[in-house]
Amino acid sequence: MRIHRNQIVRGEERPDESDMTLITPLLAKYRGKRGGLIPLLQSTQHLYGYLPPAAFPLISEATGVAQSEIYGVATFYAQFRLHPAGKHIVKVCHGTACHVQNARDVTEALVEALGVPDGGTTPDGLFTLESVACLGCCSLAPVMMIGESTYGKLTGSEAVRIVKEIRIKESREKQD
Amino acid sequence: MGKTKVIVGLGSCGIAAGAAATYRKIEELCLAEKIDIELGKTSCVGMCYREPLVEVVDEDGSYLYGEVDEKRAIEIVEKHLRQHSPVKEYIVQTDLFATEDDSFTRNQVKIALRNCGYMDPENIDQYEAREGYLAVKGIASKGTSRAEVIQTVLESGLRGRGGGGFPTGMKWKFASNYSSAEKYIICNADEGDPGAFMDRSVLEGDPHSVLEGMIIGGYAIGASEGVIYCRAEYPLAIKRLEIALTQAREKGYLGANACGIQGFNFDIHIKEGAGAFVCGEETALIASVEGRRGMPRKRPPFPAESGLWNKPTNINNVETFANIPWILNNGAAAYAAFGTEKSKGTKVFALAGKVKRSGLVEVPMGITIREVIYKLGGGIKGDKKFKAVQMGGPSGGCIPEYLADTIVDYDSVNATGAIMGSGGMVVMDETTCMVDVARFFLDFTRKESCGKCTFCRIGTKRMLEILERITIGEGRESDIGELEELAQQIKDNSLCGLGQTAPNPVLTTLRYFRDEYEAHIHHKKCPAKACKSLITYTVDPEKCTGCTVCAKNCPVSAIDGARKQSHFIRQDACIRCGACFTKCKFEAIVLS
Repeated sequence: MRIHRNQIVRGEERPDESDMTLITPLLAKYRGKRGGLIPLLQSTQHLYGYLPPAAFPLISEATGVAQSEIYGVATFYAQFRLHPAGKHIVKVCHGTACHVQNARDVTEALVEALGVPDGGTTPDGLFTLESVACLGCCSLAPVMMIGESTYGKLTGSEAVRIVKEIRIKESREKQD
Repeated sequence: MGKTKVIVGLGSCGIAAGAAATYRKIEELCLAEKIDIELGKTSCVGMCYREPLVEVVDEDGSYLYGEVDEKRAIEIVEKHLRQHSPVKEYIVQTDLFATEDDSFTRNQVKIALRNCGYMDPENIDQYEAREGYLAVKGIASKGTSRAEVIQTVLESGLRGRGGGGFPTGMKWKFASNYSSAEKYIICNADEGDPGAFMDRSVLEGDPHSVLEGMIIGGYAIGASEGVIYCRAEYPLAIKRLEIALTQAREKGYLGANACGIQGFNFDIHIKEGAGAFVCGEETALIASVEGRRGMPRKRPPFPAESGLWNKPTNINNVETFANIPWILNNGAAAYAAFGTEKSKGTKVFALAGKVKRSGLVEVPMGITIREVIYKLGGGIKGDKKFKAVQMGGPSGGCIPEYLADTIVDYDSVNATGAIMGSGGMVVMDETTCMVDVARFFLDFTRKESCGKCTFCRIGTKRMLEILERITIGEGRESDIGELEELAQQIKDNSLCGLGQTAPNPVLTTLRYFRDEYEAHIHHKKCPAKACKSLITYTVDPEKCTGCTVCAKNCPVSAIDGARKQSHFIRQDACIRCGACFTKCKFEAIVLS
């Protein structure tokens, strides 16, 4: 089962991750704001796709929270990444309903097809493979999510086919 | 009679099943063929197993079509919308004739889900047309006092729907007792239990009733601000909440003198969670809203006295809030008329796993688990044997088939060793290995433990190691005893609910399925044939026709054999993926 495949490919490229001036408006927005650290980290990650190390001192200065503590927060929550992720993040659901309906086969097949361990990013930077707790689409189990699209009632080979299709599409776009 | 209405269910699960494409197809076809209809959208009506759902309302009545992919959409547009002849075989529900899906809806009582799937969640007018914001208007016009509101909620018998089951009215009373200029009411929308998705569905399908519930609660306790702590994994819920908040502000339900109640200045904001299961715990949630690591702290002081920013704070779950406006509109007695002595009202369950009809159901407390699974859920997929049902997620447990006549209320479910939890019901059949299920949950709690308490942090890891070695056939005689001892230690020495309940999945499976543990440990066998290290696939030479399908489908080329001759699986190469087993048309692959 697949849906609006055309939406999978993200149109724009990520901004230059060394350009720290990009977060200046964000820093201004949350400067000195009570409880602003997590939203600031979230919007920073939204911008760069991960939390670049160079952002930490700036965030620390704006929020008044020590860098060590920010690092503590960033590593506590599953959402935050400290390393760049692939262009497409493949989230394989391992909730209870997906688990009893063989989500493990989906992850195993993708590990083999992509040649990266669970949590790894392919060398070409196209895919990051992840296991997530529950996407809340239990009736379509097993499920995976790539970008904004959710794919349900999967098998290992079906999942591999979807990922391969994205790869083919990407390489075609590169050639164009 | 106006135009024919066509309403497409666009909840997360509907969209995942392809509802967005269905919507576009209908729009495109009707535009191209100049069929004049009113195309609308709604959210999940709970029939997830029939998604995508499309409702057509014409002058004869209403027809709900199921599994409407683009192909079916074309047919429905042509036959029903153009020729006015409904496509009977795709109809799952209608007020004109009976369908087999009627038993799914007939046995439900919808209070929390009263609007889900019946209105456009992004349209406040439609909510108002369905008695929306009537309760707050009533408070304003009648001048209902805060104490009276709390009394009504107390009398309704409503208990916290997030899992704890603490009486909501009591909680409000505590919070209202502390006076402070700054006071908070928080909606816990950090639905983290794997296998539960009712909060997502309510937020996506009826965000206004959650807001109204919060406004009522905020008024009752005297709050100055509301916060919705929502999982970042639910982008659609967050989007619809934001739309609802803007609309509620425009209409004056939020802001200065909210709802026209003089002196009641109240607004609500959304805080996006960042992915931590433990943040479902009150004190951890507060820490997270404050921008810190979401780690629980010791109670007392309870949040009612000192919560967010050290101010009095009240926290309730999404489903709890969604019930509140209905209770105020219909009276406490009407709500308390449903349910059992100690568990009043209805409860929403997320039915999933090996059940024929998975989806969201809202049933009165007191119904039996078997009724939910068979009457509403339609029984077990593939007519396999019903083995157990997991309730309460990682804090809950597995209830075996022979206890399925247990009624659904807080105390009866607790007596089985499971908990009501947020209402996940994952059904398991004979092919589910209970040791593996216990291992799965321990793996989850081990990952999600915040690490504050040693027993939870290290104890769950040790338990997981034991369970892992049992499932790969390296279990030791002493393992069951060690599991039981560790379980007790973790229960006794953890600060919050996560640790205190983490051993429950192991304890309940040990209690009801001890023989499965013993089979793994003593005989190195998995009775459910699910643990990969303990099973073998072989070819039955009598049945094998040599069609080569298995060999072609084997991902590791572990099957040898010439065409039209019996095949053979090389055990040293086999990865036990089961591809041959599912592909063989002659049942020649034997699983043992």
